[in-house]
Amino acid sequence: MFYPGSVDTQAVRPAWRVSDGGWWRVAALLIAVLVSMPVLMLLPAWLTPSSEVWRHLADTVLGELLRNTLVLLLGVGAGVLVLGVGLAWLTVMYEFPGRRVFEWALMLPLGIPAYVMAFVAVGLLDFSGPVQAALRAVFGQNGYWFPRIRSEGGVIAVMTLALYPYVYMLARSAFLSQGRTLMEAGRSLGLSPRAAFVRIALPMARPAIAAGVALALMETLADFGAVTIFNYDTFTTAIYKAWFGLFNLGAAAQLSTLLLLFVAVALYAERHWRGQSRYYAAGKPVQGHRHRLTGLRAAAACGFALSVLALAFIIPVGQLIFWLVSAGIEDLDAGYVEFVSHTVSLGLLAALFTVAAAVLLAYVRKQWPGRLMRAVTRLATLGYALPGAVLAVGIMLAFTRLDRQVDAFVQTVFGVSTGLLLSSSVAALLFAYLVRFLAVAHGPVESALERIKPSLQQAARSLGASHRELLWRVYLPILRPGLLSAALLVFVEVMKELPATLLLRPFDWDTLAIRIFELTSEGEWQRAALPALTLVLVGLLPVILLVRRKA
Amino acid sequence: MKQLHRLALGALLLGSLILVPTVQAAGTVVVYSARNEQLIKPLFDAYTKETGVKVKFVTGKEGPLLERLQAEGDKTPADMLITVDAGNLWQAAERGVLAKVNSKVLEENIPAHLRDPDGQWYGLSVRARTIVYNTKKVKPADLVSYEDLGNPKWKGRLCLRSSKKVYNQSLVAMMISRYGEPKTEAIVKSWIPNLATDVFSDDENLLDAMAAGQCDVGIVNSYYFGRLKKKHPETPIAIFWPNQNENGVHVNISGAGVTRHAKHPEAAMKLLEWLSSDKAQNLFADSNMEFPANPKVKPDPLAASWGEFKHDTVNVSEAGKLQAKAVMLMDRAGYK
Repeated sequence: MFYPGSVDTQAVRPAWRVSDGGWWRVAALLIAVLVSMPVLMLLPAWLTPSSEVWRHLADTVLGELLRNTLVLLLGVGAGVLVLGVGLAWLTVMYEFPGRRVFEWALMLPLGIPAYVMAFVAVGLLDFSGPVQAALRAVFGQNGYWFPRIRSEGGVIAVMTLALYPYVYMLARSAFLSQGRTLMEAGRSLGLSPRAAFVRIALPMARPAIAAGVALALMETLADFGAVTIFNYDTFTTAIYKAWFGLFNLGAAAQLSTLLLLFVAVALYAERHWRGQSRYYAAGKPVQGHRHRLTGLRAAAACGFALSVLALAFIIPVGQLIFWLVSAGIEDLDAGYVEFVSHTVSLGLLAALFTVAAAVLLAYVRKQWPGRLMRAVTRLATLGYALPGAVLAVGIMLAFTRLDRQVDAFVQTVFGVSTGLLLSSSVAALLFAYLVRFLAVAHGPVESALERIKPSLQQAARSLGASHRELLWRVYLPILRPGLLSAALLVFVEVMKELPATLLLRPFDWDTLAIRIFELTSEGEWQRAALPALTLVLVGLLPVILLVRRKA
Repeated sequence: MKQLHRLALGALLLGSLILVPTVQAAGTVVVYSARNEQLIKPLFDAYTKETGVKVKFVTGKEGPLLERLQAEGDKTPADMLITVDAGNLWQAAERGVLAKVNSKVLEENIPAHLRDPDGQWYGLSVRARTIVYNTKKVKPADLVSYEDLGNPKWKGRLCLRSSKKVYNQSLVAMMISRYGEPKTEAIVKSWIPNLATDVFSDDENLLDAMAAGQCDVGIVNSYYFGRLKKKHPETPIAIFWPNQNENGVHVNISGAGVTRHAKHPEAAMKLLEWLSSDKAQNLFADSNMEFPANPKVKPDPLAASWGEFKHDTVNVSEAGKLQAKAVMLMDRAGYK
């Protein structure tokens, strides 16, 4: 069944008792409050004025930064939308040479951190890179034209290639799970394939696509690595300038909260624009046959997918391999086993906790769609848009404060000092990942949940199912593809994550990302190829696993 | 669902294993370091081998690491803070996270302008930020000073790294300390029209661009130049020591201090003293081709081959005091 528009879950609510499921709401609220804590820690910064910094920024660079940020968001937004949705549609609906490989291979760029992609692009295409060197060898020093890579277009292209998999992945699973029957119904009523896509498939996949684009844009806002390599100044640059250059963390925190305000407004606008319409999937996905492309069209489809894959994955990885070979693999020692095991175990644990929290939040939001829960969930998923180092400091401050209170308490009661227990423990680190990546898990989970028909829960409830049973026996099995996507995304994100890991990891807890940072911050890019490639390899495994389960 | 169960169980087991806090052994020093692992671990390993004292360390970025140290206060496990750039050391002292160290050894080994006047931190290696030039297009006689890079004869020939890097912030801060703000601003402004291309995000890119012929002169840290020369001795780039008739070459340091709330202050001081000794200074210098802070120790042969030079002896803490001013000045001057 397909309900455009009118049905609202709120309408069926009176059938249940109000006190019903109180604990669920309390638990969800608790998670949401905990997760918004680090964001809230930034607010007191407004109590101390830093007008000098503000005046300086406003007088000099702020205008350009805002303009740059906006242009970057628009460019990357449009880029990931076109690449992500286009490729998802192509691989779901059409049969063309290589389709089976592209299906999963197009997700691979997820494993490459944006800053690695950026460095490879600059290294290859800048004036001193091999491409222009070859051109110079043929045409002489000034005898050729080449686009400036360290430019607005360059940074937009690189971020688009690094981030389109979010949209691709979510759009693909939405297209897959909505089934073909609706499309076929549309076709039988006289819609052309294009019209069926625009009027049926796209609107139904919209929550998923919006979630993917939102993730990509939040990541763009928070990015510091890639824009630094391109020396492209964004709002995040101003935050770091206030902090590291002007030694004013307060002003940095103020700027960060402003950034969040923009994000919140943007998200709200999107929700508002989406309005009250609801779309529900028609039960089990139907694996119909794909439309077979032939001749030129098949070649075009294959060429398009291949060129995206080449730019976003094959070339960067090829460059890394080249560096690895030229730098030698002398760095490969026993330490690497440790880096990998730290990286993987952090990723797995974080994925588990984060997805569980996201399910709880999304479920409670769906069952009790009140204003309070809505506001708190929004707040809880904003952490992703914060520059990592700012968020990490917020978490670190929260944990040290808690630690000191525990210590003071134990000191007065038992007369011993506990020292700092939590800050810079694995627990703090996992919490940081939860805060940072809850949005990543929440997007896929919520959009999957939204497509479940309300009649399903009404039936289950009328048969006397408790919330636990409803969630565990009805929702989770249906949601499983969405949950796996969410877990995979969080896993890969955690592996790449740097600022929070850098600040909060316990002694001797280095990961692959840390290793990359240590080498690259001293410009040792060739030596960094080894951990970077390892990271990509480790990231490949879950992607392949996921794709095989789906197939 | 079964797999999900098993996955969850496994993850929880794993979690309980790694959440067990590690116990701190005696006879250790705990270090927070903004200097990278590959540059400090060899030193610590050598120290442990020599004395049996273990060194535990965690690396991180200067800013967040300093916040952490301050937030942890008297509960901090850190005995020592190692960081690059005098500005960061000055900031650490300003925030009150470092302790005064009175040590004859350190005073003897480290020249006065490379340590805190108060004894809260000590420079351990010297990083000279100097001029490099393309030997095919520039004669050393054409070069004079940092200030002269604003001369119109360099129009379209100059490469600079981003003003966001603390090395450049310190360079400009030291100029402010010498010339005052208006004159410094005029100098920085005069560089901008001479740029051959957008500013670079690191010194390596800059050197590569110069080797490829994109520009003829630039400002870099000498050890980046050294690394390039070690790999590609034939690169047509040479080093020039500017301002030799005036104040000397701008130098910065990486250095360390004992934390105020150190749990092993004695051991930390011993390590600090050892780091200033001949043996450690040799390791320091050789690992990264920086110049030893201890003047009795010879630099790496390649670095030594660039010749003796006079370096700026204004106390490097000035760079910290004036850093914020320098950042704002560069913004005003349009230096990105």
